[in-house]
Amino acid sequence: MTSQTLTSAAPARPSTAESSLQRSRQRMAWLLVAPALVVLLAIAGLPLARTLWLSLTDAQLSDLSTRQFVGLANYIGDAGVLADPEWWGAVKNTLWFSLLSVSLETVLGLAVALMLNHPSRLKTLLRAAVLVPWAIPTVVSAKMWTWMLHDQFGVINAMLLALGLIHQPLAWTADPDLAFTTIVLVDVWKTTPFMALLILAALQMVPSDCYEAAKVDGVPKWSVFLNITLPLITPAVLVAMIFRTLDALRVFDLIYVMTSNSRTTKSMSVYVREQLIDFQLAGYGSAAATLLFLMIALITVSYMALARRRMEGH
Amino acid sequence: MKRIEFTDVLYWLAVPPVLGFALFPFVYAIASSFKQGNALFSSDFWPKTWSLANYAGVFAEQPFGQNLLNSVLVAGGVVALSLTVSLLAAYALGRVSFRGRGVLMMTILGVSMFPQVAILSGLFELISALGLYDSLWALVLSDLIFTLPFTVWVLVTFMRELPKELEEAALMDGAGVLTVIFRIFLPLLWPAVAATSLLAFIAAWNEFLFALTFTLSGEQRTVPVAIALISGASSYELPWGNIMAASVIVTLPLIALVLIFQRHIVSGLTAGAVKG
Repeated sequence: MTSQTLTSAAPARPSTAESSLQRSRQRMAWLLVAPALVVLLAIAGLPLARTLWLSLTDAQLSDLSTRQFVGLANYIGDAGVLADPEWWGAVKNTLWFSLLSVSLETVLGLAVALMLNHPSRLKTLLRAAVLVPWAIPTVVSAKMWTWMLHDQFGVINAMLLALGLIHQPLAWTADPDLAFTTIVLVDVWKTTPFMALLILAALQMVPSDCYEAAKVDGVPKWSVFLNITLPLITPAVLVAMIFRTLDALRVFDLIYVMTSNSRTTKSMSVYVREQLIDFQLAGYGSAAATLLFLMIALITVSYMALARRRMEGH
Repeated sequence: MKRIEFTDVLYWLAVPPVLGFALFPFVYAIASSFKQGNALFSSDFWPKTWSLANYAGVFAEQPFGQNLLNSVLVAGGVVALSLTVSLLAAYALGRVSFRGRGVLMMTILGVSMFPQVAILSGLFELISALGLYDSLWALVLSDLIFTLPFTVWVLVTFMRELPKELEEAALMDGAGVLTVIFRIFLPLLWPAVAATSLLAFIAAWNEFLFALTFTLSGEQRTVPVAIALISGASSYELPWGNIMAASVIVTLPLIALVLIFQRHIVSGLTAGAVKG
């Protein structure tokens, strides 16, 4: 990404008139970027720094001004975040959730993308239909599914009972053994379209002469897919996976609305907000927030390094 | 006659279930929203008698009209601010070569990967200090965290592709840089601007965490929070009819917009991800 940004820069010419013009152009560039930078510093940079600082204190949310410096006690103390089994439960839930939902979405998204790429009169209609789950707000989709999965009156239980697949209604969101699976499936329903659209865009960029050459040579379709299509779209799929993984790691809305208090589905974001807002523990909550931030930063960096190495390997 | 290929068979086998999975939940929500009273708990798919009682109930039992207006104001404000600020930045980042440009782009991308909950306490402090708690401005400001990086990135991608001659001719004629951005580039960029605006609008319209945390009174809520907090006499007696009616009301305009602009949306989404 950086190399592209840098190579498009025009080389400076030696003429003095030109270079003074270029200098004033560069000054102007900084002026134009300034508003965006100031906004981002004020609403992202500053709050991040303050969160870090608050995590070293015993502040309460109701009164942030009276607080004492407690060092790393919120992290590694006896009552620190790292000593709380519920935090580790939230970490485990979030990681499993991200792994499962992103893998399922990638496989299903690839299938849907291939389907949308298939020449057919239904193409536009299909793409429109696939966009619908993506356009529905997460809170609304959480509510819709909670209603459809209602243990007594839900249409899903009614259909499964009628088909004889289950013998008694299931408590999809209340049963601790089922709630996690339910959350993953609803997330997959909501976000597969995003994956499918990004993969479709990559599929459409595969030059058609590749396919024509393969057809002339009589190469079977599955072999074309495995040896031509898949390697060519892999970089785009990896980028889409990074985007989705980062999204999945901060999952909040879906879990808060569908199973807000259940320990078996609580994500790190839900845990952090509960400590901060419900329990008013600004210091402790900030420590959990910082850990979440560090974890996501670490995953991002290693994921990108891995993706880069894979892309260079091919 | 054309030979029927295996992939065609597979295709026609896959189409019905995909259509069903994609559309069934929303169609079922619409059907439920028109069922009154006990009809909601019957096993019929479509209501026997179509009733608007749930729609009336949504507006009668909470300030839902106000909530809708709030969502429009917040999402509209977020789009206006993000676009103005990011058009300026995108011009500089996309068309002027200056030292530090690569670092700036990566920093902005970094912010977009930020987990929003990680800055919740710092942002809460900032918003309280500015006296914006329980006001819509708090939401406009905080939503910029995720819309601004996105709009900058997408607009930079499109800005780069505009012809250089156009800009040079205008600058030669003595046009200021703001004239170039807003009078010359903006009209050319409008498909990209429309797509980014729509995506930013949807993101702000759907935002839940900040809206839940930074507002308190029912009159200041945006629709996602209002829907999430619709409650009945007990947790076992949620008014599902009302919830489904509210869901249909907030989702229909979005689906309409998405379907009208679907081509632009796909190009906007992929500009940020694939080309970047």
